[in-house]
Amino acid sequence: MRVGFFVTCLVDAMRPSIGFAAIRLLEAAGCEVVVPEDQTCCGQPAYNSGDRGTAKTLALKVLGEFETCDYVVAPSGSCAGMIRMHYPDLWRDDPAILDRITLLSQRTYELTDFLVNVAGLETIPGHFHGTLTYHDSCSGLRELGVQNQPRALLAKMPGVALKEMVEATTCCGFGGAFAVKFGELSTRMADNKCSHIEAAGTDAIVAGDLGCLLNIEGRLRRRGNHTIQVLHIAEVLAGNVEDT
Amino acid sequence: MQVSAIHFKRSVTEKLNDAKLQNALSRLQTRFVGGRAAVIDEIADFEASRTAAAAIRDCVLKNLDQWLLRFEQQATARGATVHWAESGADVNRIVAEIAARHGVRKAAKSKSMVTEECGLNEALEAQGVEVVETDLGEYILQLAHEAPSHIVAPVVHKNKEDIADLFADKHHLPRKTDIAELCREAREILRPAFLSADMGISGANFLVAETGSALIVTNEGNGRLVTTLPRVHVAITGIEKVVPTLEDVTTLLRLLPRSATGQSITNYVSVLTGAKGADDHDGPEHFHIILVDNGRSSLLGGEMQSMLRCIRCGACMNHCPVYQNIGGHAYGWVYPGPMGSILTPTFVGLENAPDLPNASTLCGACGVVCPVKIPLPDLLRQLREKQMARGLKSWQEKIALKLWSWMARHPAVYALSTKITVRVLKYAGGREGLLHRLPGASGWTDGRDLPAPVGKTFRELYRQGKRS
Repeated sequence: MRVGFFVTCLVDAMRPSIGFAAIRLLEAAGCEVVVPEDQTCCGQPAYNSGDRGTAKTLALKVLGEFETCDYVVAPSGSCAGMIRMHYPDLWRDDPAILDRITLLSQRTYELTDFLVNVAGLETIPGHFHGTLTYHDSCSGLRELGVQNQPRALLAKMPGVALKEMVEATTCCGFGGAFAVKFGELSTRMADNKCSHIEAAGTDAIVAGDLGCLLNIEGRLRRRGNHTIQVLHIAEVLAGNVEDT
Repeated sequence: MQVSAIHFKRSVTEKLNDAKLQNALSRLQTRFVGGRAAVIDEIADFEASRTAAAAIRDCVLKNLDQWLLRFEQQATARGATVHWAESGADVNRIVAEIAARHGVRKAAKSKSMVTEECGLNEALEAQGVEVVETDLGEYILQLAHEAPSHIVAPVVHKNKEDIADLFADKHHLPRKTDIAELCREAREILRPAFLSADMGISGANFLVAETGSALIVTNEGNGRLVTTLPRVHVAITGIEKVVPTLEDVTTLLRLLPRSATGQSITNYVSVLTGAKGADDHDGPEHFHIILVDNGRSSLLGGEMQSMLRCIRCGACMNHCPVYQNIGGHAYGWVYPGPMGSILTPTFVGLENAPDLPNASTLCGACGVVCPVKIPLPDLLRQLREKQMARGLKSWQEKIALKLWSWMARHPAVYALSTKITVRVLKYAGGREGLLHRLPGASGWTDGRDLPAPVGKTFRELYRQGKRS
């Protein structure tokens, strides 16, 4: 099957290794991966800022770039959630586009959800030896039901010991522009998350969204924790990470 | 109540640095979040009950006028007097008139958030009517001259020691610290108030159209005393609280206490129908019901109508990571948390509460616990769209959005600008790979580092890889 890989703007700029890890996993699952070169952003920052017009335009842009793919996969529950759950709402008043957008949204998946429920990835290419704790990113969890999928994949890795933190499903405080607009509040939420992570006492904290990871890593380092690894689930599964 | 939502950000700073408050708020997680989680499985299909409850509420809202008229007809037929109040001021006027007509000098009150909207206590006191709050939490707040910080647990921001000090100071009795002793002291002070009050004032959780009843759920029993002992009972509630039948109420009652306090049922469920009849042993001689609009009808028929499904359980705030960290007072009006962030701008004006719709990560926790499935994150987003449409965003945000939006629509420009940005950020991150400061983003870097990028974008690297 032909999978259009939606890189996401954060991975594109801040951590390309996540993108390559995701492609490796999709290929390991037997997918043909295409990466439309003109892709930029799914439009969520505009949508969540009240700029519906821009969000609609960017939704059309994504539609044009990915419409011919069998599936769209993003290494982010947030961006996949935007396309899957909110694109149809954006174009609800235009039946011709709505039909096409709906077809696209129904074929859009968060990476681990796709690997488990569509591609049926059996053998995990990566190796990781150590303990992990997993943070459930909000959109993936509550919009797409991504919770067991990453854990099921990690369970297939013999070197990995998953140790759950308390309140793993509580928001880390990122929230896009919220993190800058309400910096103090966002920092406190991140701080609470870091305390739970440290209490779990693992070698690494893993999540499926780079936004959360930047927020969590940023706060951990500022708190003086330079030891715990902060990793995207794709990096762990694809094995781009040095063994600990 | 005065609106101070405009000072939200300043308030947040204050609340985050209030150690006592932080300590008090830490109880929310076990008491309410844990409490709800422990009981929702008692219902075979909780999700189906949520869907049914939402349908009941929607059915009412679709023909709210008809259901209200039916309620009025049934309530009147059973001897109650129904009043319609368009504004908070109307509520105060109507209650004052009833008080004057019946020579009321003292009113005992059970919990009502609607009367907080109106500032009823102050209005009555200005008329010379003494008002005694009898819900324990509300009584504590009345002594402390504070507003509730939660719609179900109004005093959640205070700890036992605060309350011990307050009682010792106001009651002039030896200071007690045992919770049971503090409760007993309050009970002994309040008992004469129930007996001497001429008027009882309550809210209503539901209005039952088929029977004309006002229904209240309480835990302390004060509600039953307030609504049966005094000569006059006035129930004050929002127009949206009407429900067609008692059977519908049973569906909602399966969800309300479980969602609110983690209880399978509250200690008291009182169905109040009509005034005291000739054969009745108790009940008020006069029963007045005030149906309050105060902005609610403006939501009917619009994109925000689903907000009127709300049954005031407080689950959204209990589960909100923002509320959990700042408590209710920061929201600056009657209703806090996600439901407050929607109701406050709607009732008092978006321009008076510009931060509230934005003070959410849209994490969705509120939406998934709401017993009547109000899409709270979507409603917050709609308010943001209204802000945008009405030009209520800051010029910095408008420019940033315009610029970003233009670039995102022009891939070549976008690619070039990200290419430059990631190189600058990599350089600024130094050998450590962390940025400690970032101009224009101090909101981030005041409390966090920013992990630096590797200096090349994914798309650059991908293109290079394909070529090689």
